[in-house]
Amino acid sequence: MTNKTQKLFTFNSLFSNSFVIVWLIIAAFPFIWTFWGSFKVELDFFSIADWTNAITGKLTQETYGSAFTGTGYEGAWIQEKFWLSTINTWVVCFFVVSISLTIGTLGGYALSRSGYRYTFWLLIIALIFRAMPPITLVAGYMLPFFEWNLWGKLPTTIVVLVAINQPFTLWMLHSFFQTIPKELDESAKVDGCTQFQAFRRVIIPVMWPGVITTGLFSFLLAYNDFAVTSMLLSDENRTMVPKIAAFLGTTYTEGNIMFAVAAVVSSTVPLFILVMFFQRQIVSGLTAGAVKG
Amino acid sequence: MKHRSFFWFFLPTALAMLLFIAFPIVSVVTQSLFTPHEAVFTTVEKCDPFGCTKESVVDQEASQALKKSNPLGRFAGLDIYFDRGHLATKEVAEAWQTRKSMGDFFSTLNNLPFYRAMGFTLTYTFLVTPLLIILGLMIALSVNSLHRHLKGLAIFFSLLPLIVTPLVGSLILFWMVDSRGILGTFLQWLAGDPDLSLKASTTLTWIMLIVYGVWHAAPFAFVVFYAGLQTLPKDQLESAQIDGANRWQRLRYVIVPHLMPLVTFVALIQLMDNFRVFEPIVGFNSEAHATSLSWIIFNDLNGETLQLSAASTTSVITIIGVAILLSPVLVQTWKNFKDKK
Repeated sequence: MTNKTQKLFTFNSLFSNSFVIVWLIIAAFPFIWTFWGSFKVELDFFSIADWTNAITGKLTQETYGSAFTGTGYEGAWIQEKFWLSTINTWVVCFFVVSISLTIGTLGGYALSRSGYRYTFWLLIIALIFRAMPPITLVAGYMLPFFEWNLWGKLPTTIVVLVAINQPFTLWMLHSFFQTIPKELDESAKVDGCTQFQAFRRVIIPVMWPGVITTGLFSFLLAYNDFAVTSMLLSDENRTMVPKIAAFLGTTYTEGNIMFAVAAVVSSTVPLFILVMFFQRQIVSGLTAGAVKG
Repeated sequence: MKHRSFFWFFLPTALAMLLFIAFPIVSVVTQSLFTPHEAVFTTVEKCDPFGCTKESVVDQEASQALKKSNPLGRFAGLDIYFDRGHLATKEVAEAWQTRKSMGDFFSTLNNLPFYRAMGFTLTYTFLVTPLLIILGLMIALSVNSLHRHLKGLAIFFSLLPLIVTPLVGSLILFWMVDSRGILGTFLQWLAGDPDLSLKASTTLTWIMLIVYGVWHAAPFAFVVFYAGLQTLPKDQLESAQIDGANRWQRLRYVIVPHLMPLVTFVALIQLMDNFRVFEPIVGFNSEAHATSLSWIIFNDLNGETLQLSAASTTSVITIIGVAILLSPVLVQTWKNFKDKK
């Protein structure tokens, strides 16, 4: 069907093809450029004399005898301890995704199976929470976290990110569970299962596609967060994104900007791989909300 | 599902949201009504060979005791909302009375931190949203007419600006438009001005941030519209073609109306998301030329002294702003819910 439709609607294929090419260059070129440049010295990456130096690495060649150098990465990962931030990020992401999926699945399933009016209001409240910028909540965390000595620690940040993640997770999983026929768990209950047994034996085996998609977005939220992690983590517990922001403060003055470039590239690589493997799920997750309306 | 089992299923997520979203909102609102204690002064008489003088000094002990007994500070009502750092009613009224022209009034307004941030936040929100929708639609139409094998590749590269960490994405662009970066050099060559620097000009900084915003969010619109294009009503397109509609007319009268609900959806989501613009301002290091409401909150919390009351007040105002933008969504959801019944 789609093929026929496309034939009917090709809006000037020469124009549209060149438009796609221009867009893809705009979308991808900055990443390729920065990746390439991260293996150069600063005077090549920020070239005053001649912009082609950034491609050929003329000064890198003069300094290190090769057109590529890993000094930016060495400086960032070892000297500035970016490895520690990487570990912190993965710890945070792992726990945020697993906790928020566990409690979100239970909640989303309950919302999809209860026909009472309060489920609608709970979903509306979740929608309002979803719309709130996380940074507006941070001022509310400060006093109690300082008071109870919770500030700066990884578990605190994990719990906060899980909570901020919940509204979105609930909406995604709620609409996913609605696509699973109610008859499945109803019949299990007729056969004598409790609600939880029905959930465990009947729903859990078939819920993975929806859970994986939701998990991807939870991961992205935790991985990309700057507002919460930069305010709630102490210096030694920093995750990658606040660490990069901290680089900016110190490296601009020390002339070690290549450290920041290397760190930026290092933190983007996992996202690249993620999109490569989960492109289909990401697309379906992005459109899920739209189709539902 | 019975109430009882619903309760147990929903309890963990409800607790998380209650403790870390609902309570903080309450505490942010409360904090915005209080202001830090003033230091307690005591008068001490200091005598030296030339005579005695009376001097006020800060009584550290009493100040600490006061802070301890009432950690929120003293009640200020809505004072903080109207002070110079926020709505600045006094300054605005004065500027209005003494204005020489509207331009003069707006430039005074622009010197007040809140209005400066509000000005940029609103400009950003209401420029980026329509632009990203148009760009997203164009990409979706173009990619849809690509060969089947190329579509996946095109979608892969298109997703990158959307998926990348906002701070990282803005840094990558910022380094390229640096006067020594490739885009900066290119623009200098284009303008024939070797001293052109995007960082030095307010207008160029705003344009740069808006370009970043469109670059970052257009893929979202693209993916949604692309999904919509897969369900195009084939018969309508065919009959339009038989009736002699050209490409533009088919786009205008068949395709765009079909995608209209999705356009509304993208617009509503993006209005809310763009209103919270924050990371690009840090990434582009642009606070001298452009600030946003979220950035003010961040700045108040991140400074030498933690300005909780000021940050809380801006937070509350931001939440009200989001609520206004959210209200059409809520009305729509409510209507859908009623229709379903």
